Amino acid sequence: MSRKLLDLWVGIFVALGLAGMLFLALKVGNLSAGNFADTYQVTAKFANIGGLKVRAPVKSAGVVVGRVVDIHFDAKDYEAVVTFSINESYHFPKDTFALILTAGLLGEQYVGLDPGGDEKMLQSGDVITQTQSAVVLESLISQFMFNKASEAPSE
Amino acid sequence: MSNSRPNNRGALLSGISSLGRRVNDALQRLGFAARFFVMLLLYSGQSFRRLHLTIRELYYSGFQSLLIIMVSGLFIGMVLGMQGYETLQRYGSAEALGVLVALSLVRELGPVVAALLFASRAGSSITAEIGLMKATEQLTAMDMMAVNPIARVVAPRFWGGVISMPLLAALFSVAGVFGGYLIGVVFIGVDEGAFWSQMQASVDFRYDIWSGIIKSFVFGIAVSLIAVFEGYDAVPTAEGVSSSIKSTVVQSALAILALDFVLTSFMFREA
Repeated sequence: MSRKLLDLWVGIFVALGLAGMLFLALKVGNLSAGNFADTYQVTAKFANIGGLKVRAPVKSAGVVVGRVVDIHFDAKDYEAVVTFSINESYHFPKDTFALILTAGLLGEQYVGLDPGGDEKMLQSGDVITQTQSAVVLESLISQFMFNKASEAPSE
Repeated sequence: MSNSRPNNRGALLSGISSLGRRVNDALQRLGFAARFFVMLLLYSGQSFRRLHLTIRELYYSGFQSLLIIMVSGLFIGMVLGMQGYETLQRYGSAEALGVLVALSLVRELGPVVAALLFASRAGSSITAEIGLMKATEQLTAMDMMAVNPIARVVAPRFWGGVISMPLLAALFSVAGVFGGYLIGVVFIGVDEGAFWSQMQASVDFRYDIWSGIIKSFVFGIAVSLIAVFEGYDAVPTAEGVSSSIKSTVVQSALAILALDFVLTSFMFREA
């Protein structure tokens, strides 16, 4: 086989392989322009994060606006410190409320942001003070049972 | 009775000494393999100066493996589509089929199965070629003509395999995703929008796809190194070459699966 023809076939092979990687990145994966957008990082402290994991989505009004990048335990206050990055194009007021919510009854947990009414906007490195922890099913059930038990004698 | 004791001792001693010899041989071979790898890297620059040698190997081991890789990928994707749907629809989440197909292909099946196919399709033929060159004393002849056989014969085949492997694994995954789409969406009727959007939502580029590419690159190095080494180290007889080819396929398969375990435990420790 002549060298030119060989080069042609190898060129086709390499181009096809690179196109395959590009297809995986763009069509199968989530590598789109949005992922390279600049982000700013905000932290929030929760008493209990439930089953929240790193890379969980951060949503506001149901739209994904960012991702959880780090979770660690603050040994001084005995609280969970959750850091998440928010897309630069979305701004939230300083008194935004951060909640840990569950998608569906038993689905994965995510961070929900409820915007407040402050004039000032959250900056990179800010801490969200108003938070609501994850709902832990066991404590919910035990609360319900205690209430039932305390109701019983009054009847 | 009195005779059997020294006999037993003799058998024991010869057993121990043959074990020692085998360990010694294995270690010696490992040392030679390491030295061979370093020489291969050292002479690579020399062989890249004649790039058409590597391009020729890209054609023979890469391009010619394309068909078997794509067809196998398609079938594996179709099987994943069928089995995945069967299980997922019991839990009422058939829309997650795209996630299942894409993640299992991109993370594991793509790199591993493509590497196994590559080892048996291209690795064995590389070993056979180099082993036969050794048996017919072509390598020695090259040395006599002051042509370095590692730079001229071994390095191009090694790099051809290393470059081909990630490309083939990516194409395997693409064919597999297409196969899953074909069965899931076209034949069974899973919602097309949910299939793609859920897939895109849960397959991360850096975490999943990039790890898969790194895996296939490592497998490419392992398979190509085993193939060229087995050929270069073959006993220069017909039986020697045939046993080298056999051990290329066996050792490549073992190396791929063991490396996959190690790499997976490094890459996907926290999901």
